[in-house]
Amino acid sequence: MSSSTTTLTGSGGREVGINKVPIWRRRKAALNYVALLPYVFFALFPFYIMFITSIKTDQEINNLGNSPFWATGIATEHYVYLATNTSFFQHWFVNTLIVTVAVTIISVSIGTLAAYALARLRFRGVELFGVAVFITYLIPQTLLFIPLIDVINTIDDYVPIRDTYWSLILTYPTFLIPFVTWLLMGYFKTIPVEVEECAYLDGCSRLGALFRVVLPMAVPGIMCAILFSITLSWNELLYSLVFIQDEAAKTISVGVITELIRGDIYYWGSLMAACFIGALPIIMIYGFFMDYFTSGLTAGAIK
Amino acid sequence: MAEIQLRDLWKYYDEVPAVRGINLDIEHNEFIALVGPSGCGKTTTLRMIAGLEDITAGDISVGDRIVNEVAPKDRDIAMVFQNYALYPHMSVFQNMSFGLRLRKTPKEEIDRRVNMAADILNIGELLERRPKQLSGGQRQRVAMGRAIVRDPQVFLFDEPLSNLDAKLRVQMRTEIKKIHQRVKTTVVYVTHDQVEAMTLADRIVVMNEGVIEQVGTPEEMYDDPQTLFVASFIGSPSMNFIPCQVEAANGGLSIQLADNLSFPVPADRLDRCGPGVGREMLFGIRPEHITDKRPHTDPTHHNFTSDVVVLEPMGIDTMVFINIGETEITTRSRPRAVSQVGQPMEFTIDMAHMHLIDPKTDVVL
Amino acid sequence: MVSVPNVERAAASSSPSSVRSRVKKRLGPDIDGYGFLLPATIVMISLVVYPFCLAIWFSVSDAFVGEPASYVGLENFIYILTEDDIFIETIWNTLLFAFWSVLFKVVLGLSCALLLQRILKLKRFFRGSVLLPFVAPTALSTLGWWLILDPTYSHINWILENMWPFSVMGFGPYNFLGEPTLAMASVIFVNIWRGIPFFIITILAGLMSIPEHLYDAAEIDGASTWRKFRSITLPLLRPVLAIIILFSTIFTLGEFNIIYVLTRGGPMNSTHLFSTYSFTYGILNHEIALGAAVALFLFPILVLIVVFLLRMVRRDTSHEL
Repeated sequence: MSSSTTTLTGSGGREVGINKVPIWRRRKAALNYVALLPYVFFALFPFYIMFITSIKTDQEINNLGNSPFWATGIATEHYVYLATNTSFFQHWFVNTLIVTVAVTIISVSIGTLAAYALARLRFRGVELFGVAVFITYLIPQTLLFIPLIDVINTIDDYVPIRDTYWSLILTYPTFLIPFVTWLLMGYFKTIPVEVEECAYLDGCSRLGALFRVVLPMAVPGIMCAILFSITLSWNELLYSLVFIQDEAAKTISVGVITELIRGDIYYWGSLMAACFIGALPIIMIYGFFMDYFTSGLTAGAIK
Repeated sequence: MAEIQLRDLWKYYDEVPAVRGINLDIEHNEFIALVGPSGCGKTTTLRMIAGLEDITAGDISVGDRIVNEVAPKDRDIAMVFQNYALYPHMSVFQNMSFGLRLRKTPKEEIDRRVNMAADILNIGELLERRPKQLSGGQRQRVAMGRAIVRDPQVFLFDEPLSNLDAKLRVQMRTEIKKIHQRVKTTVVYVTHDQVEAMTLADRIVVMNEGVIEQVGTPEEMYDDPQTLFVASFIGSPSMNFIPCQVEAANGGLSIQLADNLSFPVPADRLDRCGPGVGREMLFGIRPEHITDKRPHTDPTHHNFTSDVVVLEPMGIDTMVFINIGETEITTRSRPRAVSQVGQPMEFTIDMAHMHLIDPKTDVVL
Repeated sequence: MVSVPNVERAAASSSPSSVRSRVKKRLGPDIDGYGFLLPATIVMISLVVYPFCLAIWFSVSDAFVGEPASYVGLENFIYILTEDDIFIETIWNTLLFAFWSVLFKVVLGLSCALLLQRILKLKRFFRGSVLLPFVAPTALSTLGWWLILDPTYSHINWILENMWPFSVMGFGPYNFLGEPTLAMASVIFVNIWRGIPFFIITILAGLMSIPEHLYDAAEIDGASTWRKFRSITLPLLRPVLAIIILFSTIFTLGEFNIIYVLTRGGPMNSTHLFSTYSFTYGILNHEIALGAAVALFLFPILVLIVVFLLRMVRRDTSHEL
């Protein structure tokens, strides 16, 4: 409140005291924060456990009498182990990055074109395309992973893609293109048609209008599509689990699950360090661009 | 009894003041209009009276009771919102009876009151409809009906007519006036439309930048504005303001304008204009007080000639625009007496309605 | 609002205008639309439609890894429905899993959204935190839960044993992932954890679309907080809620990651869903035909929900004013 900076004056120049906010209103406001705490705690709990476990020594982890919620010091041994004894940074991280970037570029460009056509152009079958996008968006990966192995094998007869990240670059767009199309369709519809018509009268071609007028106006939507493509590609598990067996070709999620869990004694320290590091890039991107994420989620309910 | 008193009322949104220490006494059964440009604090003031906003400093009392910390539902007020705020999923009847049902009013009493209000407002056939199925004017009536059934001590209106088209607005304005005469109660009415305020209110409160500029009856506001802001805000088309100098001459005063125009100050204004002598001042005169030349007997009437710049026929009158120095002046003449554009024309100015404003303080002398 | 493709858009926005017709003459008819859709169509036909047809073919064949397949009719479906007890259990598991998950996600998501809407300070912090489970890689965050639920290292058991008042109540220790009922509860729990943000954010958007002045009017009418929720928020939120519940149901029915990481369908097949069971058949046992048949059971449910959704979108359920 302004009480510290300004003196409020009343009639005759005398000072007027600041009123207290009514108790019932203050009490309500405070209760909201208190009630939110369990949700926050619940949401952050596993991330905290990952982090705290990853900086404990093995000895500390295995000392079951101690509280598992605190670490006595910061041990870097698990991170060093990840870097030196596993393919985490050398292969998995790199693979995930390559796949994510490639898939995002492919999906966002193809999806943008399709979304523009569906949102703006009138031609026979436009409705049908719209419904088709909606349905493909809802088809779960569960339904497709078995036949996709066959498709990849067929392609592999001509171009070697089996057991490489190329198989992922090929298949991830199947769930990203419908999503991007759908998301951007909504954004394009919020751009007034008149602006585009004005561009036509100024001499733009259809593509010219798309690139010079519509796309610049849809930047928030496209940002959002890019961020979601990155997130969904980075987080994907099922396809990479099924399509890739070669350790050096794995992505982070699959690598961690299949290579770092060995035998009956789990190396919790390095496992949690890998989880933490694997999730960190996405969490950081999310931290920077949270507002785009929220608007995207709102616009297109997603997986 | 429902007088409302605002005492040194302040409202801050974070560090931004919206209302800055206003004082106002509203009498029992009085119709008060809060008027001003958008952002002047009028709606904030209304919402504080309603209890929808906390009061940063000062007091509001209704009747004899200070209501600063009283929840809206216990203040015995009803409010009509700008966009009506009808519950879209409830029928008209449910909308109107919602407040009564919450107060556990008996069923027969609810029926009686809703039917009575529906009668007053002529919406008896609409009771089963949803807001979506109503026209703008009908929604407006329902919103008022919802307030009427509550039979409150105080009615609050927040720009209730601003979403209606011009014709309907005039019609509803009359309707509101009739309703007030029938359902006698205290009314606080917020609007940015000074015509609405002038026609409806017993007293008008002009607000600007969070403070009250002037309070008075519609006639006082029109004839006797006390600040430059009120002078320019009330009246349509608005008052002309011309830079001038006040000079003492022959025991009287005269107003010196550009283009060698000079008009004597009427005798009853000499005292008030005295402090302006020898200074740069603003001379204010309403368009209706500069007319085509009339045979005049009144000593306050004076003639002058000027070239017509633009004509705006309005039907009964024609607005004639002329230039005095570099200031564009609006005047009001009978259509038949008007010259062509570019031609000179003779005018009569009625100095009895002049105003002299000090541009340093914006106060009308 | 959850946006959904508006299939009636074409009719709605084509108002006659001379500009439009002049422009049309210069650019030709809108058939370039087909060109814009071509890349997407190629990808979708070759990598969604074709594989989908292939899945149907597999399900009526005797396909096995490395062997030529031949048509066997509905034999696979008859087999899994009549002779495969695990599949019957899987159906029940899936329904159970989806029902409890979605139910809790709605309740917790709605309550959290209502709270988030009311706070003014630290908005970004609170919002950012509760949405985090949604953006983090599911497989990795589930591994975190795996540690928390591990029989030896379980943080929950540690609390039950060492922290008052639980320590005197004598609960636990539990083998969360080793005992069928607890394992099911655990995977549901983690699924709820991961799914709440979706509800929070969409419900928040739905809440914002309810005009603020309705609450003002209700406050003056004398409605309590609870009454405002019941008489305004809930009825006006219903269309949004219906849509996101259907959405969430689809995604929950197809869940794979959480089950695979936590239990792989165990113990004793008590947590298998269509996805993991199909994975077991098709990938681990090389029974491609049976794997495809199991996965296809999702399809009728999917179609049903899509029909529902499309119908809801067409019949504009929002209360516009």
